[in-house]
Amino acid sequence: MDKLLNWIDARFPLTALWESQWGKYVAPKNFNFWYYFGSLATLVLVMQIVTGIFLTMNYKPDATKAFESVEYIMRDVEWGWLIRYMHSTGASMFFVVVYLHMFRGLMYGSYRKPRELLWIIGCLIYLTLMGEAFFGYLLPWGQMSYWGAQVIVNLFATVPFIGESLGVWIRGDYTISDITLNRFFAFHVIAFPLVLLGLVAAHLIALHEVGSNNPDGIEIKKQPKDPQTGLYLDGINSHPYYTIKDIVGVVVFLAVFSAIMFFVPEMGGYFLEANNFIPADPLKTPEHIAPVWYFTPYYAILRAVPSELVSFLPATQFYGVVAMGAAVLIFFFLPWLDRGAVKSIRYRGTLYKSWLAAFVISFVLLGYLGVVPVTVWGQFADGWPLLGGADKATVVARLLTVVYFLFFLLMPWYTARDKTKPVPDRTT
Amino acid sequence: MADAALNQMVDTNKRRFLIVASSAVGGIGVVAAATPFVMSFWPSARARAAGAPVEVDISKIEAGQLITVEWRGNVCWLLNRTKPMLESLPKLDSRLADPNSNVAQQPPYCKNEHRSIKESMWVAIGICTHLGCSPTFRPEIAPADLGPDWLGGFFCPCHQSKFDLAGRVYRGVPAPTNLVIPPHKYLTDTKIVIGVGQDGKEG
Repeated sequence: MDKLLNWIDARFPLTALWESQWGKYVAPKNFNFWYYFGSLATLVLVMQIVTGIFLTMNYKPDATKAFESVEYIMRDVEWGWLIRYMHSTGASMFFVVVYLHMFRGLMYGSYRKPRELLWIIGCLIYLTLMGEAFFGYLLPWGQMSYWGAQVIVNLFATVPFIGESLGVWIRGDYTISDITLNRFFAFHVIAFPLVLLGLVAAHLIALHEVGSNNPDGIEIKKQPKDPQTGLYLDGINSHPYYTIKDIVGVVVFLAVFSAIMFFVPEMGGYFLEANNFIPADPLKTPEHIAPVWYFTPYYAILRAVPSELVSFLPATQFYGVVAMGAAVLIFFFLPWLDRGAVKSIRYRGTLYKSWLAAFVISFVLLGYLGVVPVTVWGQFADGWPLLGGADKATVVARLLTVVYFLFFLLMPWYTARDKTKPVPDRTT
Repeated sequence: MADAALNQMVDTNKRRFLIVASSAVGGIGVVAAATPFVMSFWPSARARAAGAPVEVDISKIEAGQLITVEWRGNVCWLLNRTKPMLESLPKLDSRLADPNSNVAQQPPYCKNEHRSIKESMWVAIGICTHLGCSPTFRPEIAPADLGPDWLGGFFCPCHQSKFDLAGRVYRGVPAPTNLVIPPHKYLTDTKIVIGVGQDGKEG
């Protein structure tokens, strides 16, 4: 065996690759619950690729056959229902673990120097994942697939001057059609997965180069090395320690995943929307169009921005589109917006903690408001000054949108002003 | 050999020129090679043919009736408006965002009070100008859900935009502009073609 390994190592750096990427990768010893989600995201990525490959073997990217072929997978293909539910549950769970993974970064300042590029690559993964999910959602060719895509492509059509043509160019037709379905299929099964894999590889290489952050936000690479082990004082080898820890996470995650997949694969209409069990009908709009839950915070922001935002400019939905885009892209700037003296929430003051709490609340509530119709809470009575007649949900969504952006825009100010606690030399 | 020593043997100006020149030529090549891929995203000849103008026989549309036809895969409405329907239009002017149709959402020959060529027969794209849903036809006066002021019109179920019976948008709703009137013309008194206007312009 050793001989074979030596033979390979002389021709391909197999051992070196394993040791630099995992085997001898030295990580801080104090990883907690929040450090499960990176490896879980990798697991879901692999699951999505494997189940996706098997779905393409029976799926037909043809507007007259797509819906039927999905039903065929569900009813007639041996175990097809399980593979499809793994894929659809996997899509939502991907966003669950990615959102938790990102929240970990926010809590412990994992985006701070020297991990700016690691964070940016992560943001690119998030963007790509959103595209991947959006393209995939059209493929079942249900009512929500169709009308959801219609709404999103029309966002591009709001771009001044070139919008109309841009919409036609994206669809390849004057409306969402067979042509659009076919090209979204190509994006979903090959173009975006390739990009995603490349970015994930870059994310891991960058991580293993710069080293992991930890719940204390201490740079273990600045510590002296233990003379006995040759490792930084608070460092341990990923293998076998975090291999074992991550396996525990995988087992628990798969238990939760299976429970959802077997008992509530539709998750009450949040993972698979009820309207998507009706074939796409271009001439009949569903009563209520809502994107899948992981897009709803941004959708709520889009709806919250009034089309007559600037009085001297023409009324257009483009303002909302810009706000929605900005809400996603603003994550990229986090490393330079945060001027805090410490990284981790453990040593931050009340200012940062309050703002982070406000941000999480606004994100979750916007997510809820993006699912429901704007009339959900009724209107303010006509007598109210300024607000008379306005939808209550819209007003709340506007406030939350402001909170969402202020979390980022005021960050240079409140992080610098925050009363931080001293960071210890060693991890706790 | 040390870099410095190597650099002395090299004409760096010439090298820089060659790098810039070959990059520029290579860049042009990349753009040229990208062209067919970018262009392949435009509607194909078949899609363009399918988007050709459609003829509609309007002789069977009764007064007050709305029929739906498909043009370029879009919902296209033809509404034969009654006298009371037409009389409701001017009453709404004060509650509309663009009562005079100043935004070019219609061909010039439909920029009038009734937004149509002939007063009663109204042709429009039945797609909300907010985000592309299809509004529902609500001709009844003062239904419970739309309030006592409702004089008939279109209501978008997605984000609650309201339009009157000429497709003019109400103020304070998400939709920014009036519904689109497609280019169309009368071939005979009972036949309309949608997709090409009486000024000869195509959609």
